[in-house]
Amino acid sequence: MEEERCYPTMDLLRSEPMQLAQLIIPMESAYLTVSYLGELGLFQFIDLNAEKSPFQRTYAGQIKRCGEMARKLRFFREQMMKAGLSPSSRAGTSSNVDLDDLENKLGELEADLLEINANNEKLHRTYTELLEYKLVLQKAGEFFSSAQSSAAAHQREFEGQHNGEGSIDSPLLIEQEMTTDPTKQVRLGYISGLVARHKSMAFERILFRATRGNVFLKQAVVDDPVMDPISGEKVEKNVFVIFFSGERAKNKIIKICEAFGANRYPFADDLGKQFQMITEVSGKLSELKTTIDAGVLHRSNLLQTIGYEYEQWNFLVKKEKSIYHTLNMLSFDVTKKCLVAEGWCPVFASKQIQSTLQQATFDSNSQVGAIFQVLQTKESPPTYFRTNKFTSAFQEIVDAYGVAKYQEANPGVYTVITFPFLFAVMFGDWGHGICLLLATLYFIIREKKFSNQKLGDIVEMTFGGRYVILMMALFSIYTGLIYNEFFSVPFELFGKSAYECRDPSCRDATTAGLIKAHDTYPFGVDPKWHGSRSELPFLNSLKMKMSILLGVAQMNLGIIMSYFNAKFFDDKLNIWYQFVPQMIFLNSLFGYLSLLIIVKWCTGSQADLYHIMIYMFLSPTDDLGENQLFFGQKFFQLLLLFLALVAVPWMLFPKPFLLRKQHEERHQGRSYALLDSTDDPLDEDPHHGSHGHEEFEFSEVIVHQLIHTIEFVLGAVSNTASYLRLWALSLAHSELSSVFYDKVLLLAWGFNNVIVLIIGIVVFVFATVGVLLVMETLSAFLHALRLHWVEFQNKFYEGNGYKFYPFSFALVAEEEE
Amino acid sequence: MYGFEALTFNIHGGYLEAIVRGHRAGLLTAADYNNLCQCETLEDIKMHLSATEYGPYLQNEPSPLHTTTIVEKCTLKLVDEYKHMLCQATEPLSTFLEYITYGHMIDNVVLIVTGTLHERDVQELLEKCHPLGMFDSIATLAVAQNMRELYRLVLVDTPLAPYFSECITSEDLDDMNIEIMRNTLYKAYLEDFYRFCQKLGGATAEIMSDLLAFEADRRAVNITINSIGTELTRDDRRKLYSSFGLLYPYGHEELAVSEDVDQVRAVMEKYPPYQSIFSKLSYGESQMLDKAFYEEEVKRLCLAFEQQFHYGVFFAYMRLREQEIRNLMWISECVAQNQKSRVHDSVVFIF
Repeated sequence: MEEERCYPTMDLLRSEPMQLAQLIIPMESAYLTVSYLGELGLFQFIDLNAEKSPFQRTYAGQIKRCGEMARKLRFFREQMMKAGLSPSSRAGTSSNVDLDDLENKLGELEADLLEINANNEKLHRTYTELLEYKLVLQKAGEFFSSAQSSAAAHQREFEGQHNGEGSIDSPLLIEQEMTTDPTKQVRLGYISGLVARHKSMAFERILFRATRGNVFLKQAVVDDPVMDPISGEKVEKNVFVIFFSGERAKNKIIKICEAFGANRYPFADDLGKQFQMITEVSGKLSELKTTIDAGVLHRSNLLQTIGYEYEQWNFLVKKEKSIYHTLNMLSFDVTKKCLVAEGWCPVFASKQIQSTLQQATFDSNSQVGAIFQVLQTKESPPTYFRTNKFTSAFQEIVDAYGVAKYQEANPGVYTVITFPFLFAVMFGDWGHGICLLLATLYFIIREKKFSNQKLGDIVEMTFGGRYVILMMALFSIYTGLIYNEFFSVPFELFGKSAYECRDPSCRDATTAGLIKAHDTYPFGVDPKWHGSRSELPFLNSLKMKMSILLGVAQMNLGIIMSYFNAKFFDDKLNIWYQFVPQMIFLNSLFGYLSLLIIVKWCTGSQADLYHIMIYMFLSPTDDLGENQLFFGQKFFQLLLLFLALVAVPWMLFPKPFLLRKQHEERHQGRSYALLDSTDDPLDEDPHHGSHGHEEFEFSEVIVHQLIHTIEFVLGAVSNTASYLRLWALSLAHSELSSVFYDKVLLLAWGFNNVIVLIIGIVVFVFATVGVLLVMETLSAFLHALRLHWVEFQNKFYEGNGYKFYPFSFALVAEEEE
Repeated sequence: MYGFEALTFNIHGGYLEAIVRGHRAGLLTAADYNNLCQCETLEDIKMHLSATEYGPYLQNEPSPLHTTTIVEKCTLKLVDEYKHMLCQATEPLSTFLEYITYGHMIDNVVLIVTGTLHERDVQELLEKCHPLGMFDSIATLAVAQNMRELYRLVLVDTPLAPYFSECITSEDLDDMNIEIMRNTLYKAYLEDFYRFCQKLGGATAEIMSDLLAFEADRRAVNITINSIGTELTRDDRRKLYSSFGLLYPYGHEELAVSEDVDQVRAVMEKYPPYQSIFSKLSYGESQMLDKAFYEEEVKRLCLAFEQQFHYGVFFAYMRLREQEIRNLMWISECVAQNQKSRVHDSVVFIF
């Protein structure tokens, strides 16, 4: 405790101290205790019944009941969706609904709803059948009337011919009928009905085959989709009439109709009867319609009442289920009268948990109180950072790489500033920055509204990172001001430019250059650089050097963090044989480069830094000549080179040997307990089992160390080079935006034509939003992410912990199925 | 181009192979079966399955569950997966996938025809059909009176049409005829599938010919055992054997003349791959043969996943899933009928 006071209170740097606690809860108050702990949301239960399958656990029955209720609720939801109702998001407050009552109520409601549905369905089925019947009557009536009129024409020629409907066989019948007696003629039967349109071809084909062509089928298209009585879906259908002869054919046709789901309806020959039927059917239809309407109204009323309380019930059921699920994780005491829970909780929450336990004991009128006791353990506790809505998004960025080891230094603290800053270095344009700022402010202002509703995937992500984007926008406005770019246009915001033309006409501005007439431009890049021939070389040199400075600074920060880690975990080896040589190595090479850059900026020297750095290795003893920046540089370089060369074996060799020595000491006599690690609870453990007998493979350790050393030495070079992406992306961004400005907007302006100008502006806006604001943001974001994950975090961050996931109703409510 | 599939296979087949391997990873594990076998009620089974890939398909089932519902929903999952794969597939994989379903189609045709023969309701029969073997005009099968009609009316439009050419007779349908028809169709189907796989070449041909040969041999043994003591003549019996596989042709000659189970056994023990199957059975026993064959099949199907860049995995996956559904059905039935001691009798573990 004392030690902690040495550090400033920086909550995010170290994860919360955790403890493994055991709760012994009397059976009668178990439910209430778990429920209260769920409200509190600071206790992570450990599954003590991992070997038992879900249905063998104590509360499996209750979980099944909850599952059943959840199913009923899903059914209601589905029904509400079908009826076009949405459950009102009115957060119900009367939470004292008993689970049994709710179960009964849900059961009743489901039975009601099912009955209403069944009734409605029956009615609906008759209704759609009647509708179909009506259609058949109308369409088939048309066939017959048209057939009759054509038959009338035939009749003039052939007396006594049968109705002209059999036009296929009529040519064949003609002769026969001329000779035979009309009374002996075979009477043709017919069947009428409806068949789904996509099946009609196959239907016709099968009919033809089954009857060997002795059938005549006439179809008419029904324009609107018809509700199918059986499936209740809208289907496009055809009305058909089949004419056939003979009983066998009839049976076959009926079977085929059934097989194709074609509904048959009786049809009268006689015109008068037809009219009578149509009126009859219409009358029945209107009667049914009113009944159905009443039924639907009744149903939607019922659904509405369900809708009022749906959300509340849903939450309640989820909550209950989670409580029983948690109770299933507890194991029985030997006496079978108590339940034993084990779990992790933050140390600060002990008081709260204890008072919660007391409250639960009191409320459940239990005789015995629950017992809270802290257990000693060797297991690594979960990592828990208390973040707020601002820091959580940044912590997410770190967690996406790996959750911090318990109490390890958390890069999230620095990420809050360095991440948006590195982003902004690549995205420096205060015009674009303002656009981003406005977009994210929209999200932040409407935060309350958005956080309650479900958003799309991409919007959700943007909304989650709104504070990251806010910081990114603010920083890119800042760097934009430094780069002096506003949609690639420079402004003289902070005073007059330092440079002027040699003469008023400015003829030789691009050939001979400008002269310095005023004081240096006070903030950022002088606007006159923009558009000049030396703009690129100047900005490149500036941004490149700046990238290296930023990179070396951030990598140094990373190594210093490793020092804090080593100090915190009391690992002297890591301080002396990792942190110190690493610092020396990095700074004697790239720290020196940074020094040179700063000296060169301050003195305005013409020295060639490439040359200095390269010949520092190739021929360190040569004279620097005109590249000398300060007195004694050569000896200084020799010293640095020597230090760098010494640092490599320093990193490589001592640590494995010392580890071996430590290991041997620990084994040869337990009495030689390491003095400096006595406050480590692990070493005080008398059993010491797994730790002490751990295999110590020296070759493995040395290979491991070798890999680490090589990685660091090579990494120092490649990581520094990697920071040059800051320059590259920044260059790409400014070039792209100046292309869009010059080649689109100014070009369109030059035409002096309103339409061209409008087109130009539209293209410019879309290019700016699409390419610069969306794509470039993404790419700069990714590169900033990489710089943090790889170049910064690999210096110190292990990230092999696991997250604290407390049992909390707030989290349960958030879960969507 | 045997050995060079790695170059080109992934252009069309890579996505689906990944999908099918993902599905394969979702098959129930030993621990799952262990837990399922301990279930007391169907509710327990549902609860356990809700933690597996079957979860979403079972979660909305109201409480008094039936074995049929469980099997139906599990099959629905398989069908959904199959349809998804078929939608994504290009030639020749799509044809290959379609071939997998022809077996179910034959079974469905036989089911409906037998059902109508015994005057069952068509709708009821349709519900019993395997959803993978459905085709448009399947309900019309009920109309047919004899095989010629069956072919001419309905099957001419289906992919089964070519297989029918061998068994068209004008005889009226009866149980015996139908069974012979099923086996003739199956024989033609297997031979056709075998030819198709040979045409595909490469690892597909190699692996599929092995799997199909096993299938053909198993059918040959089953036909022999089932036809012992019936009026089927030796020549007719021989005609039902597929013309490939390990037993072809000499084994078939011997099987055709076998008169009892022990003779079949004697024939089969000459073939080393089948020795192990028959050595598990005691003499005169044919009850456990099915299970032994299933176990051997599952083993071979699992091996198909060991090699990459071939279509055999699709076949293997479908078969494994079907086996899994059979297992679930058996377990559920045992649980529902309180016969838990017999749970292990027919469950074939897939690992």
